This record gives sequence, C-alpha cells and structure tokens, in this order.
Amino acid sequence: MSVVTTVEPIRTTGTPASTRAPRPVPPRTPTSRILGVELRKMFDTRSGFWLLASIGITAVLATGAVIVFAPDDQITYDNFGAAVGVPIAILLPMIAILSVTSEWSQRSGLTTFTLVPHRSRVVQAKLVAAIGVGVASMLVAVGVGALGNLLGAAITGNDAVWDISATHMAYIVLANVLGMLVGFMLGVLIRSSAGAIVGYFVYSFVLPTLSMLLAANAAWFEDLQLWVDFNFAQGALFEGDMTGEAWAQLGTAGLIWLVVPLAVGLRLVLRSEVK
Amino acid sequence: MITVESLSKSYRGFTAVDDVSFTAHAGRVTGFLGPNGAGKSTSMRIMVALTPASSGSATVLGRRFADLPDPGREVGVLLDASAQHAGRTGREILTIAQRTMGLPRGRVDDMLERVSLTDAESQRRVRHYSLGMRQRLGIATALIGDPEVLVLDEPANGLDPAGIRWMRDLLRGYADAGGTVLLSSHLLHEIEVIADDLVVIGHGRIVAQGTKAELLAAAGTVVRSADTAGLTAALEAAGLSPTAYDGGALRTDADPSLVGSIALAAGVALTELRSADGAGLEEMFLELTADTQREGAAA
Repeated sequence: MSVVTTVEPIRTTGTPASTRAPRPVPPRTPTSRILGVELRKMFDTRSGFWLLASIGITAVLATGAVIVFAPDDQITYDNFGAAVGVPIAILLPMIAILSVTSEWSQRSGLTTFTLVPHRSRVVQAKLVAAIGVGVASMLVAVGVGALGNLLGAAITGNDAVWDISATHMAYIVLANVLGMLVGFMLGVLIRSSAGAIVGYFVYSFVLPTLSMLLAANAAWFEDLQLWVDFNFAQGALFEGDMTGEAWAQLGTAGLIWLVVPLAVGLRLVLRSEVK
Repeated sequence: MITVESLSKSYRGFTAVDDVSFTAHAGRVTGFLGPNGAGKSTSMRIMVALTPASSGSATVLGRRFADLPDPGREVGVLLDASAQHAGRTGREILTIAQRTMGLPRGRVDDMLERVSLTDAESQRRVRHYSLGMRQRLGIATALIGDPEVLVLDEPANGLDPAGIRWMRDLLRGYADAGGTVLLSSHLLHEIEVIADDLVVIGHGRIVAQGTKAELLAAAGTVVRSADTAGLTAALEAAGLSPTAYDGGALRTDADPSLVGSIALAAGVALTELRSADGAGLEEMFLELTADTQREGAAA
C-alpha cells in the first residue's frame, strides 16, 4: 500500500497534556443491556433470522403433514406434538451453538469481549437468551400443534384428542432445554461453528448408535447404559414416564455428558485468547 | 493514558512479547512501529484483555482493562476491521455497540456521518464491504462511546490516500483535544507523519522509543558531492565514518553544520546537505529490525 508523502508535516509539538476535564467513570454495564444485545444478535443476521423462522415454518409444515397424511384415528395431540417436536429438537441446539461459536468463527468476539471484558457475563447472557428463545419457540410450536389438532379434528369430524398431560409437556420442554444446553456446551467446548455442528450430530446420532451396539453385544454394558447414555436417559422425558430411578439416571448421564464438558468448555472460553 | 510495564507473552517455545514497557500519554499520538510478526498485535490484545499476559501488566487510565466498568466509553478499540460478523449490516454492528454502551440511538447516525459511510452503505452487509469501508466502520465503533483513549491496530490498512489523510486528521484532532492515541503500523511513513512519540518493536522487544523529534535528531546528515571520494576522505580525516546512502550520497551521524564546515575546509563542493530526517528514521527502522525482517539483513 502506498502512502501519501506529499502532504506537509503535521505539527507535533506543544500539545497540552490534557485539555479535557477529568471525566467521571461511567457506571458498570448492566446485565439487562448485555442480555438485550445478545438476544438481538441471535436475530440480526440472515442466517440467525431464518434459523428462528424455520422453527415456525417447520412447525406449520409438520402440522400440515399430520393433517394430510395421518389416518383419522391418529389425529391426536400426541402425534402433532411428535411431528412438531422433531425439527425443533434439531434446530434449537443449532441456535445455541451458533450464538456462541459465531463470536469465534466470525471473529466478532474481538468487539464483544472488548466492550464487555468479563466474558462470563457475555456467556451467561447468551445462555439465558438462548434458553429464552428456546422456550418461546416451544410455546409457538405447542400452539401451532394445538391449532393443527383442532383443525384436524374439525376436518375428520371427531372430537379433538388431548392426550398429552401438562407434566408430560413440561418434560418435553425440559428435554429440549437439555438439548440446547448440549448445543451450548459443544459451542463453548469447540468454539467453531462447523466443528460444533458436526460435533452435535456425532453426539446425538453416532454416539447413541454406538451405545446401542455396545449394549446389544456386551452384557456388562447393558445395565450400565441406562446410567451413562445421556440420549437414552432423555428418552424417558419424551415418553413422559419419569420415575425416581429415571431422574437419577438422567442425572448421572447428564453429569458425564453435559455438566463436566460444559465446565471444561466454560473454563476454556474464559481463559482462551480471542484472536 | 496507557501504561505498559514489563509485559511478556510466551507461547510454547516462542516469546511473542518480551519485557515491553512504555507509556502512551494523553494529548499525544503514540506510534507503535514494527515489522510484521514483531509482537504489536499481541501486545495490543493483552492491553485490552483479549489475551492473558505471561507476566507484566498493562493499565488504561490507571486501571486494568478488565476492571473498566464500561470499557467502550473510556477506550475505543479497533484491532482488526475484518473481525465482524459478515452477515450483519454496518448499521447493525454500530447499533450493537450503541446498545451495549447504552448510548442514545442518534449516535449511530452521527458516527456513520463522521466516518463518511453513506446511509445506503450502512444498510449493506459487511460481507460486501471493502477493507477501507471496514476500517471506517471499525473506527466508528471505536469512537461511538466518545472514549478518552484509542487503541488502533493498523487502522490505515486498506484506506486510499484520501482516507489515510482523513484518518490522520481525525487522530490528530483527537489527540489535540486531550485524547490518548496508540496506533500500530508496519509502515514507517504512515506513522512518521502522525505520531508524536514512537515505540519501535522488533522480535517482541522494544528496540527504540522516544519522541519523534529525538529519534529524528539521532539520525544524522545526508550529504552529496560530485567528488564523492574527496568528500569521503575529508569526512574520514575528520574522524567521521560516512556510509553510502541512496545513489552516491553519504550519510553520517554528525550534524549538518559540522559536515558543511569539513567540506568547506577540504574544498569539496557540495550538491546536497541536509538532516537525514525521515530517511534516517527509516534506516534506523530497517537496521533495528533487520534480524526480524523476512528479507534478511537490510541493505
């Protein structure tokens, strides 16, 4: 790059030490502001916007598909819930992953973490924003499914079948929040969009298959699987039958596959260099 | 004011920053000069708490950067203009900064105007920005909180000559109003025209620092004559050690008046006699950083 050399030299001497009055120290950035900004950052790119929009779109498509293709006696809320739930269970963790990894993959973290140098505050805000968006998305999906159920019942002429209890619904919401936390964990652990997304698919599709194979072929693992296979343990949440033992199994498997790696990932995020 | 004390950063088997100490004063533009890979960017990242130091400390306005309650309103930082989410519009990036600092919404338009980005340009996604536009956006992000201190890493990269002129005037005005400016560059000429103080770094270590006037004064004299051999002999007889410089001229560390008298006494007619000025600084820069230059020893 060339440099202009024809300009007259700029005066360099005699600058007063400081002509500004000493300024008051600004107040600490409030958490609400960080939260608002992190929430905004989830929507303000084309990819972020469409990722969120796709939750509503797939919910409508899945509901439509159930109405069109399911036999009349299968027009139940349970089936609408299942159809709407599958795309959501995949999309929500992606939202959680990207909210973290884009700071590294897109390098916007250079600005984010110089405006808020306490990275834990940013990460907490991201977590709260992601879970908030997740819960809100699920409410939208539940609503779309309910409308579909009413519409389906009206078309078939039967009474609408509401066969999911509020408790079961809460379990499903919890399972999806856990899925988002898994995405968040992979985000902080891997800190690369592509890597974390691949990691997510390995985590939720390859690992469970390997676990199944191992359980089918090794007797010693068969009983152990219930306690260490997080995916397997989450199955009970979707089924809606959570016994005390099922909670304990969810706890132990979650400790191994979510809590420990999340702790490692958070430590890495707080300490690593932002380039 | 930025105070850096004995700052070091080592990576496995490699010292990127080695015992760096300097102060960037309020009301002055401090140029941080060094070849690529000399440790400028690493030092600056440590100053703004993006990279942990191995040892030593850096404070801005008397506090560690991480202890600043709302850093954007006290320190404007531009480390890499390309480090932005490519899918956001320029306006959106400024809005995020404006909201993080809790500033009035109108600041976004003020800043766009200040860095000469048009409304249409501000609506485009950063993916489609030229490097020069990204630099302008980065400067706007750094300035939006009306900070007292600016930390800018290679801000002139990608700017056209008019843009470089604009940047220079902006930083000059900023320092004259009492602000502290620390800017890095690997181009001597770029920094020479704007900086009041210079910190020259090579291989992670500071190799020279002082006011620009001091560093220029140490640079000596350039002298030229049709009778180069006679001039060389006269200067050597006077105890100086002239070196060949730029196509037939000679350079010595003595000041111009002494060189003039020697030439007069020896009866050698001069065609040029001047303080080595920026040329000397350039030579100094090349010398000081010769062993870190990829080209090897500077001629």
